Amino acid sequence: MSLLDETFAKLRSEGRKALLPFITAGDPDLDFTGDLLKDFGKAGVAACEVGVPYSDPVADGPVIQASYQRALESGFRLQQLFEMRKRVAAEVTIPTLTMASYAIIYRVGLERYIEQSQEAGFCGVIVPDLLVEEAAEFSKLCADRDFNLIQLVTPTTPRERQVRIAESSSGFLYFVSVTGITGERNELPPQLIDNVGWLREQTDVPVCIGFGISQPEHVAKLGPVADGLIVGSAIVRRIAQANAENRGEVRGEIDRYVREMLAAINAVK
Amino acid sequence: MSGTLPKALSPQSVPDSAGRFGSFGGRFVPETLTRALDELVAEYDKAKADPSFQEELDGLWKTFVGRPSPLYFARRLTEACGGAQIWLKREDLNHTGAHKINNTLGQALLTLRMGKTRVIAETGAGQHGVATATACAHFGLPCVVYMGAEDIRRQKPNVFAMKLLGAEIRAVESGSRTLRDAVNEAMRDWMSSVEDTHYIIGSVIGPHPFPMMVRDFQSVIGREARVQSLEAFDGKLPDCVVACVGGGSNAAGIFAPFVADDGVRLVGVEAGGRSSEPGQHASPLTFGRPGVLHGSYSYVMQDDDGQTCDVHSMSAGLDYPGVGPEHSYWKDTGRAEYIQCRDDEAMKAFDMLAKSEGILPALESSHAIAKGMEVAGKMSPDQNLVICLSGRGDKDAMELARLRGEEW
Repeated sequence: MSLLDETFAKLRSEGRKALLPFITAGDPDLDFTGDLLKDFGKAGVAACEVGVPYSDPVADGPVIQASYQRALESGFRLQQLFEMRKRVAAEVTIPTLTMASYAIIYRVGLERYIEQSQEAGFCGVIVPDLLVEEAAEFSKLCADRDFNLIQLVTPTTPRERQVRIAESSSGFLYFVSVTGITGERNELPPQLIDNVGWLREQTDVPVCIGFGISQPEHVAKLGPVADGLIVGSAIVRRIAQANAENRGEVRGEIDRYVREMLAAINAVK
Repeated sequence: MSGTLPKALSPQSVPDSAGRFGSFGGRFVPETLTRALDELVAEYDKAKADPSFQEELDGLWKTFVGRPSPLYFARRLTEACGGAQIWLKREDLNHTGAHKINNTLGQALLTLRMGKTRVIAETGAGQHGVATATACAHFGLPCVVYMGAEDIRRQKPNVFAMKLLGAEIRAVESGSRTLRDAVNEAMRDWMSSVEDTHYIIGSVIGPHPFPMMVRDFQSVIGREARVQSLEAFDGKLPDCVVACVGGGSNAAGIFAPFVADDGVRLVGVEAGGRSSEPGQHASPLTFGRPGVLHGSYSYVMQDDDGQTCDVHSMSAGLDYPGVGPEHSYWKDTGRAEYIQCRDDEAMKAFDMLAKSEGILPALESSHAIAKGMEVAGKMSPDQNLVICLSGRGDKDAMELARLRGEEW
């Protein structure tokens, strides 16, 4: 059982829901990423997703795409992310995951990616462009090593396919709220609650909702039906403001925002 | 041309039902697109089984595009090379000036069959953008074309043509501001609009079924060339077929109908750019490794972290870090060979064809001309070599003037 599995098991037994922030590794640099992981742990988030910058993302909206570009332009390398994660290990005890394009995982090598991630302290990976049809080998390698492979379902995924995806996933299922790319949205689709509710009845794997979630009102509305909620662009947009002089302020602002979202999710029954 | 074409959408041995050409191809896209891709596979299967679909497409190819395109004997070029007889498959004579129209009409028909009401496309050199805008104008479909800002600069005549045809051009400012960034942006649009929009991919790249479908539509080039060769060469097939390879659609189109003919040598020409240094060329089959890019598994230019490398070609249509998965399959199985042509060699070939035959080739096609001449020079005069002249060079006139330091 991975640390992520344990975390969700505990939350479920306590009837609580998870908040999962997403940040981009190396934006503006890896020290800042490490600092945010420490802050998140102290604030009490359930787990954190760390996006591995990729030169050609297709599922991401402009905010996250720009953050990838900033990180790559400042010289991001994957091995440096793993080294940073090791450095902060003592201070970051929450489960952390990477979100990585399959292009990156394939280039590094499937087994090597898992090994290096685990050595660094990551307990799983979200692969936004690895479909269930192509996932058999990687899914088995992950399962053999107790490494979580988080897969995605979307509003366009037929229901029988959702069940198949659930069967090859572990940790949690990432339910994409909208037909589209990442980014903050005011309105979320009305049928989302029913769809997530249906999927949760089909599987024991926790279901978390992501894409478009940015406001405490979203949390209050979606919290009851999901195991957790993922917040990305709203945080990455704030990180984009960070520069050499104002890091402390930006960290403070992100901390306040995350705590506000946490308060909302902790109020969910 | 009096011979009968082989069946148009004939079943090929690859890809398999998962879209794999050997180990290459497949689908590496966000889950959001799966349903649209499945729907496209289903509709394309139905279209293949429906004779009226092929009849309509054949009719358009004949009366709207001007097919069949001629197989032209390049007498003065042959004399200059002193080897095999050089023939040009004249895709530059198609309506809109390149082979791209063969595919966009096919996919526009599929768009209508699927009941979708909007089309998006990406373009590098602009030929695919113009061909998509043309097909959409013909059928009355709204059309949005994504194009890298750098390519917009290089290909002004095509940008203007697309606007005249009623398409909306969206400049892509991210990354290297070229074709690969335009593909990313078009994919993002499709993620949000997939319910009512079809994405007309312009090359044999992308997730299954695109590499198969674009090859099938483009294989009209090779099917015609086959019949024309048999007529022109006293019942013989060509000894060698040469085509340029960016994404690889004109090459796939002319190669595919000859793949089963062991005696026909197939040569693909990649963009050698300025040199073999990283970032100075666009030759994934020569210098790349198998990896994932833009929805499929194929040879790509990536660094050790899996990040896509910058590439260069003076030709906007070849300036792409990946290649169609079937070319990767043909390379690894040894069925086709892939060589490189540098910018300066292509430029010389452009001048050579212009002055010896009175034809201005596209800069993309100039790569095939350059290496076709080299290959022909090493063959004997009783052999025949066919070069796919994938497009005409008018669109490149402004860029050529700039490269030569001339006032426009």
